[in-house]
Amino acid sequence: MSPLRYDGGMAWFKREKRPFRALPEEDRRVRTEGVFTKCPDCGSIIWNKELAENFLVCPRCGHHFKIGARKRMELLLDDGEFEEFAAGIRSSDPLEFEDRKNYRDRIEASRRSTGLNEAVICAEGSLRGHRVVCAAMEYSFIGGSMGSVVGEKITLAVERSLERKIPLIIVSASGGARMMEGVLSLMQMAKISSALSRLDREGLPYVSLLTDPTTGGVTASFAMLGDLNLAEPKALIGFAGPRVIEQTIRQRLPEGFQRSEFLLEHGMLDAVVQRKDLRAFIGDWLVFMDHAPSR
Amino acid sequence: MTIEKAQKIVSLEDQMEERSRLRLQEQAQQPDEQRAGPSSPGAAWDRVQISRHQDRPYTLDCFDRLFDSFREIHGDRKYADDRAIVGGMASFKGAPVMVLGHQKGRNTKERLERNYGMPKPEGYRKALRLMKLAEKFGRPVLTFIDTPGAYPGLGAEKRGQAEAIAYNLRSMAGLRVPLIATVLGEGGSGGALAVGLADRILMLENSIYSVISPESCSAILWKDQNHVREAAQSLKLTAQDLQRFGIVDEIVAEPPGGAHNDWDQTTSALSRALSRHLEEVSALDPEDRIDSRHEKFRKIGEYASRV
Ligand SMILES: [Zn+2]
Repeated sequence: MSPLRYDGGMAWFKREKRPFRALPEEDRRVRTEGVFTKCPDCGSIIWNKELAENFLVCPRCGHHFKIGARKRMELLLDDGEFEEFAAGIRSSDPLEFEDRKNYRDRIEASRRSTGLNEAVICAEGSLRGHRVVCAAMEYSFIGGSMGSVVGEKITLAVERSLERKIPLIIVSASGGARMMEGVLSLMQMAKISSALSRLDREGLPYVSLLTDPTTGGVTASFAMLGDLNLAEPKALIGFAGPRVIEQTIRQRLPEGFQRSEFLLEHGMLDAVVQRKDLRAFIGDWLVFMDHAPSR
Repeated sequence: MTIEKAQKIVSLEDQMEERSRLRLQEQAQQPDEQRAGPSSPGAAWDRVQISRHQDRPYTLDCFDRLFDSFREIHGDRKYADDRAIVGGMASFKGAPVMVLGHQKGRNTKERLERNYGMPKPEGYRKALRLMKLAEKFGRPVLTFIDTPGAYPGLGAEKRGQAEAIAYNLRSMAGLRVPLIATVLGEGGSGGALAVGLADRILMLENSIYSVISPESCSAILWKDQNHVREAAQSLKLTAQDLQRFGIVDEIVAEPPGGAHNDWDQTTSALSRALSRHLEEVSALDPEDRIDSRHEKFRKIGEYASRV
C-alpha cells in the first residue's frame, strides 16, 4: 500500500521538493556519499530520495532509521508544519560538571552538530486536523539525555496542553537522565510525572511514542505514562541498558530482548506501529480520545 | 513461537537468573572493604562509604526504634512478594501510619533474600498498593529510602521495571494523604525516587541521593573504575548538596562518625523531625497538599534562558 494512503494531506508531495536535509550525526555514519545511504540492517544501498519518500525506513527490510526531532515533527504533523515554543531555554551547567571533558563543551558540540539548543523540541501543530502539543526528543544531542532543560521543556509542554485543553504527544529517544546534571536530572522524572498526573486528572489525551532507543529515567517516567504507549518497530526500550544487564547477569542477552516486539508480547506497549502508519493510527485514536463528557 | 522454543527461552532465563544469584552470593561473601574499593580523602566519597556502612541502621532497625508496633503485610497481589521492600501499618506516637521502605541484608543469607535492597517491579507495585490502602483509610505514608537502585535483571525488565517506577511517580503525585520520604542510606536513582515523590524529603546527614552510582559514573565518563572519588564529588550527591538545590527539606543530624555509631540517637533525632513535618503537612487540605507537593517538584531544575 502506498504511504499516501495513510496521509490526509498533500504533505508528502510538498516535502519531496525540499532539499534533502542533512541527517543527524548518528545517521550520517551510514551514508556512503551524498546520494546513497547504506542500510545498517540489511546492507542495501538506498537512494536517498527513495529513503526520504519512504519515511526514512529501508524499503528492502523495513529498518527504521533514527531521525532527528525536527524531521520527526515534519513527518508527524499536518503539512510538516509546527510552531516551536520554549526554544531558548539552555543549560546553565548547574553542577559545573567536569569529567575528562567539560560539560559545557559537550553541550556546545551538540548544539553545533544538531542546530538545536537542547535534546528536545516542543511545538504546537495539528495532526489530521486535531490541534496538538508535541514534544520530540533528539537522540544525537548528548544521547537524548534529560537534564534540567529537557525536564523543564517537557513540563512546559504538559502545561501548554493543560492550558489549551488539547492532546499531548511526546516522542521519546533517550538514554535516560543526564549524568552531568546529577540529582537535578533525576528529579525531572518526578517533575514531569507530577505534571502528567494533572493532565490525567483533567482527562486530556496523552500519546507516548517510544523510538529507538528509549531507556533509563525517560522510560521510567513520562514515556511509560501515556494513555497510549506506542513504539516504532524494533526500538530498544527498557529501564536498564542492555550492557548493564549483561554485566549483572554475566551473560549475553537473548535475541530481541528489550525490543518493541518483546515489550508488546509482555504487555508493556499498546501497539507497535510502522512509521508510515503513525499519523493514521494516532489520528484515529485522537478522534476516540477527544471526548470526555466530564471535562 | 513453538512450545520447544519458548521452553528453551524460559530455561535459558532460569540459568541466567541462577548465575546472577551465584555471583551475588560470591559478592556477599567478600569483606565489605573489598567490595567498596579503597577509601580516599574525598569528602563526597567518604559520605558514600558511610551511607553504605555495613553497621548503618537499615529500614527495619529504624522501624523498631521509631514505631511502637509494626504489622507487616506482603505482596503486590499480582506476581510476588519482593523482600527488597518492606511495609505495613505502624503506630507513630500513638497514631496509625503506613510505613514502607527498601530493606538491605546484614549477612550473606539476608543480603540474598533482600536482593541487596534492589527492588523488582513487584516491589514498587507492593509499595503503591500500600500507599493506596493508606489513602483509602486516610492514613499518612512514611517512606524510607536505602537502595543501590532498581534491580537491572531479565525478569525485572520483562515485568516492566520502568512502568512500575513511572506509575508510582504519577500516582504519588496525586495521593490524597500526607507523604514523607526519608533517605536513610543510599538514594540510588530511579529505584529510590520510585518511593520518594513526597510532600517532604528528609535526609540523614551522611546519606546520599544520586542519579547514578559513582562507580558507574566513573566507568562511563572516565572509562575506568579509578575515578570514583572525582565522580562522587562531581555528582553533588550529599544531603548538603541536595538542600542547596531545594530538593531536601531537612537534614537530620547523625552522631559523630555516622549513624552506625549510635542507632538510638540517630532515630530519636529522626523521630522529632518526622513528627514536626507530619504535623505541618497534615494541617493542609488534600487538594492544597497535592498542589504544594506539585509545586515542590515543579521548581526543581536550573537552566538559563536566552535574552
Ligand atoms: Zn534494510
